[in-house]
Amino acid sequence: MVWEPDQPLVRLRDVHKRFGAIEVLAGISLDVMKGEVICVIGPSGSGKSTLLRCINALVPVDRGSILVEGQEVNDPKLDKLALRRKVGMVFQQYNLFPHRTALQNVMMAPIHVLKRDRREVETQARALIRKVRLEGKENAYPGELSGGQQQRIAIARSLAMNPDLMLFDEITAALDPETVKEVLTTIRELAEDGMTCVIVTHEMGFAREVADRVYFTDRGIFVEHGPPKEFFANPRDPRTRQFLSQIL
Amino acid sequence: MSLSDRTNLPVLLPFRVGTVPRRATRLDIRHGAALIAALSLSIGIGEAVAGPGTPSIAATILKWTPLIAQGFALNIAMSFLAMAVGTAVGVPLGLCQISLLAPVRGSSWLATQIFRNSPWLVLLFYCMLLLPFEINIGHTTVPLPGWLKSTVGLSLPVMANVSELVRGAVRSIPFGQWEASESLAFTRLQTLRMIILPQCVKRMLPPWMNLYAILTVATPLTSIVGVSEAMTLTGDILSSEARTELLVPMYLYLLLWFFVYCYPIAVATARLEHRFQVR
Repeated sequence: MVWEPDQPLVRLRDVHKRFGAIEVLAGISLDVMKGEVICVIGPSGSGKSTLLRCINALVPVDRGSILVEGQEVNDPKLDKLALRRKVGMVFQQYNLFPHRTALQNVMMAPIHVLKRDRREVETQARALIRKVRLEGKENAYPGELSGGQQQRIAIARSLAMNPDLMLFDEITAALDPETVKEVLTTIRELAEDGMTCVIVTHEMGFAREVADRVYFTDRGIFVEHGPPKEFFANPRDPRTRQFLSQIL
Repeated sequence: MSLSDRTNLPVLLPFRVGTVPRRATRLDIRHGAALIAALSLSIGIGEAVAGPGTPSIAATILKWTPLIAQGFALNIAMSFLAMAVGTAVGVPLGLCQISLLAPVRGSSWLATQIFRNSPWLVLLFYCMLLLPFEINIGHTTVPLPGWLKSTVGLSLPVMANVSELVRGAVRSIPFGQWEASESLAFTRLQTLRMIILPQCVKRMLPPWMNLYAILTVATPLTSIVGVSEAMTLTGDILSSEARTELLVPMYLYLLLWFFVYCYPIAVATARLEHRFQVR
């Protein structure tokens, strides 16, 4: 099947995932169009992180279909590396490589995975570091950077692979309130540039502002979704209402 | 400096049950001083009980020093070689222990456990008795002297310990490092080579040096299987001198040699551990 840009970039149909006795994903369906920004919110343990990990095949699903640009992810013959070259991911704990400088962190994957020319990669990497407003920190080691700075380098590292889709897994949850803003600004700019993003977040204000659609998950299913204005103004499901009243 | 030293505010200090020593007991310069004191004392006592007309103990020790040094050089050579061979084989063995293939993982685990839990002396005897005294490669005959065979015997437990070090170090790297590399489309081999193992080297260095020190002090075991290293030669010297008052000073003197060699290693290990702990 050839994927056309007018079809969903990501298409999930009835995705199930079970960890032992716990059903983490109990039938998730989702379409993400190119250039869309989707925010997924919901209580802890509702399967948000697992959902993201299923999309780039870090976690295998039990049942259902995940198409990324027309490619089936739930397929034993899947070329995982080809999929991951198209899908970038940023984690809650940054996961920068501590033995490499910021610049090296950004440059490693394009050079060794994509086999691109080193000089060309360096030019792009420096531009990306400028873009996340960390020029001057190129030669700093992750241990010398603050949490927010590390997270922005992690975003740059992911962008250096020129992905078609970015997955953000609670990337501000481990940060100080002051540094949350700088990271969110980076993502907002990314969304404005037309990057397709699936964002798991607890920052409701940010979700309201940046998302095209907001999904609320609870116990492994999408309870409710809609455009952010409508979603936050008139939540229909009682579970959504209860969740929002707890954190807003 | 603790927090309470930096502030005059009332600070709630963590409550500790009992006292735990801050640092592990290590070779210390005081141990060296005690050793030298014991040596001097034993020489003094030896001189006092020695009959008239015999040469002084200090002079006797000095006379035999070149021979002991020669033996000690063999100890060092064996320790170097056993460490090199043990590491060269142990690192791949340790990597096999984290293989995704169950048979590879299982067999390397078994080999590691067998050689790690066998008494060193047993392995030494096995190698001495099972390895031939010479091997034929093509048309050339390579002799296998005793010291070489026992070096092989010593390298087996080193290999198994290095294997465990590698496995433990890889396991100690946070899982997020694997996830991040996977999400960047690194292959498993690339992840190991470029991301996981470089971080392991730093963690492995202090215990690896510790293992080397243990191996060095284990080399005198080879005297039991007849290798002419420092311990054997000291025994030979004592029997040729046939003076009982030499016994204690001579062995203390040999001990001093090992201390002088191992002490810098212990210090360096402690320093490295301390440095890596901070970051």
